[in-house]
Amino acid sequence: MFKTFPKGGIHPPENKITADKAITVLPLPSAVTVPLNQHIGAPAIPVVEKGAAVKAGQIIGQAKGFVSANIHSPVSGKVSKIEPVADTTGYKQMAIVIDVEGDEWIETTDRSATLVKEVTMTREQIVERCRECGLVGLGGATFPTHIKMTVPAGKKCDMLIINGVECEPYLTSDHRLMVEKGAEVLTGVTIIMKALGVSSAVVGIEANKPDAISQLTSLAGGFEGISVQPLRVKYPQGGEKQLIKACTGREVPSGGLPLDVGVVVQNVGTAFAVYEAVQKNKPLIERVVTVTGKSLSQPGNFLVRIGTSVTKLIEAAGGMPGDTGKIVNGGPMMGKALAMTDVPVTKGTSGIILFPDSESRRDEIMPCIRCGKCSTACAMGLEPWLLSVLSEKTMFEKAEAEKITDCMECGACSYTCPAKRPLLDYIRLGKATVLKMIRERITK
Amino acid sequence: MSSTVLLTIIMLSLLGLLAAVILYIVAQKFKVVEDPRIDLVNEVLPGANCGGCGFTGCRAFAEVLVKAESFEGLNCPVGGAETMGKAAVILDRQPVAVEPKIAVLRCNGTPENCKRTSYYDGAMNCRVAHSLYGGTTACHYGCLGCGDCVAACKFDAMYMDPVTQLPVIIDEKCVACGACVKACPRNIIELRKRNRKDRKIFISCVNKDKGGPARKACSVACIGCGKCVKVCPYDAITMADNLAFIDSFKCKLCRKCVTECPTGAILEINFPVREEKPAEPAVTEVN
Repeated sequence: MFKTFPKGGIHPPENKITADKAITVLPLPSAVTVPLNQHIGAPAIPVVEKGAAVKAGQIIGQAKGFVSANIHSPVSGKVSKIEPVADTTGYKQMAIVIDVEGDEWIETTDRSATLVKEVTMTREQIVERCRECGLVGLGGATFPTHIKMTVPAGKKCDMLIINGVECEPYLTSDHRLMVEKGAEVLTGVTIIMKALGVSSAVVGIEANKPDAISQLTSLAGGFEGISVQPLRVKYPQGGEKQLIKACTGREVPSGGLPLDVGVVVQNVGTAFAVYEAVQKNKPLIERVVTVTGKSLSQPGNFLVRIGTSVTKLIEAAGGMPGDTGKIVNGGPMMGKALAMTDVPVTKGTSGIILFPDSESRRDEIMPCIRCGKCSTACAMGLEPWLLSVLSEKTMFEKAEAEKITDCMECGACSYTCPAKRPLLDYIRLGKATVLKMIRERITK
Repeated sequence: MSSTVLLTIIMLSLLGLLAAVILYIVAQKFKVVEDPRIDLVNEVLPGANCGGCGFTGCRAFAEVLVKAESFEGLNCPVGGAETMGKAAVILDRQPVAVEPKIAVLRCNGTPENCKRTSYYDGAMNCRVAHSLYGGTTACHYGCLGCGDCVAACKFDAMYMDPVTQLPVIIDEKCVACGACVKACPRNIIELRKRNRKDRKIFISCVNKDKGGPARKACSVACIGCGKCVKVCPYDAITMADNLAFIDSFKCKLCRKCVTECPTGAILEINFPVREEKPAEPAVTEVN
């Protein structure tokens, strides 16, 4: 019997078109645009000048403050511009544009493919290395990894959960990583376990990835304390709190963090990046991106340097089909539509999905009929219809009392709404406003 | 029979009397002493409760007016000088002259001027659209066109023009309460001095990008060239972040900057047609 979380959830069509497509390395682009803010927290400060020659892996943006991450050059070449460039949101932010010349890496990085299983570093060294290498959570939230690896005083951590759920339809980048780089991922898990000082780790994988489950289960025998937990397919199982509930039965309190129940959750992509950073001294300058869509001629999973234009990715997947109506950055449930394709891939880009026009338009918005489907679907036990109305009518104090900040913006409510109401649009707005209100209250 | 009726009447009368005495004592004991002038001032205020004065409604403003030592900094934008004059008479204070204002839209990103690059079908709400992405055009400073300002206007002084996809402010109805200014997530609407015959000259752009990208996104963008700053004889125009700004309180409406602007970002509205240059390219919007 597969485990899952008990409350809410939906099951959208999986559409994992690229599940059996091996990861291919995307050829180097002629230029990359590296935004200085690819993570949650303060943007990095550029430490290279215009015209400077850089090597792949060289630090070009220094983390500013504690909650921030270093940015490294993903290619070798010359810095041509440091100026505001439109990112995936369409808003401009500071970015470093590098013209590619050759592919020269910094000397300290070990680029061989040999598996290094033995972890020689101490806890502090591991955390320090992850900070140096600019690691962030690759599941999409892009929270700096070194912070999550340090258990604050007074908190206790007894378990690590590795998120291999990939509950978003279409996306397969984590799936391929587990199948192709299973040993590396599990070594990464061992490293994170050592940094946290825990003796057990669970890799949660949904049952629609049987090859990944069998692969990791057979490999896990060679690693101490790691077990694989198959899970029933249900969205949003990849949500931290849902995954913890599904794997351990523990419930994170409202407004709390996983550490409140002694758990830390990391993505498989992050575990792989940790392996590369710690064992190979390789900064986070490339990641696996799924490029998919029903009309695409060659959808696939690509290993892409950060800063590569999305246009290049679509070209590699066979070019943009004529019937494309919407291009989504991320998963179809939580991702955001792109206003243009000439935007860079960042550390948080897990997938690019091209929807045909017939599937991309939203239906006409009808009045709420109070059927309560959204409340049933909500995995956090909230009342999305109420939160949406409160945000729309700018009643933010009331929305705060209704726990709008517990919403993880999974979009199950909007998906399930028979009246096609843009519930999440308003809830997101309300949540952002309430969080701002709370911050102002604290600083006052 | 009759004695029962009589007893009932007497009993009820006594109970009523007792209740009246208790109510009277309680009312005297817990009497709220309120300045009677608050009611008088409240009566001369427009009663729109728009919040344009900066307080939570007309009565709150009346309370503030009664308490205030002077009228400095206090103004009812809806009632204007007339209302403030009446209030001053009631309270025996000196009325402070306040220039009447009017709201102007500092964006001219019509589909003709500013090419649409994408299609938005999310919730029709500017704040939602603004938080999601840069907008349907390459300019991520300009109007999103979802009409939050129109919804915020309590005086029916705004409507969305379906052709230009921009809100239009009806000069006669605008009372400069500032509700639209607060509603706009991109700070496009500005309260400016109301001139004779509602004549307006302003930079109809809020794009802070450098000239090239700004112009590429919108043909009537302010490119920050600074020509208007040089030509202005009254030092009314300042330049910051590649964007010119005309101080409406310094501007004398000489219209020199309008002809100088290479992109037509400066609008002149409600002026008579220029005779010497009939083919004026700068005027793209006439109310």
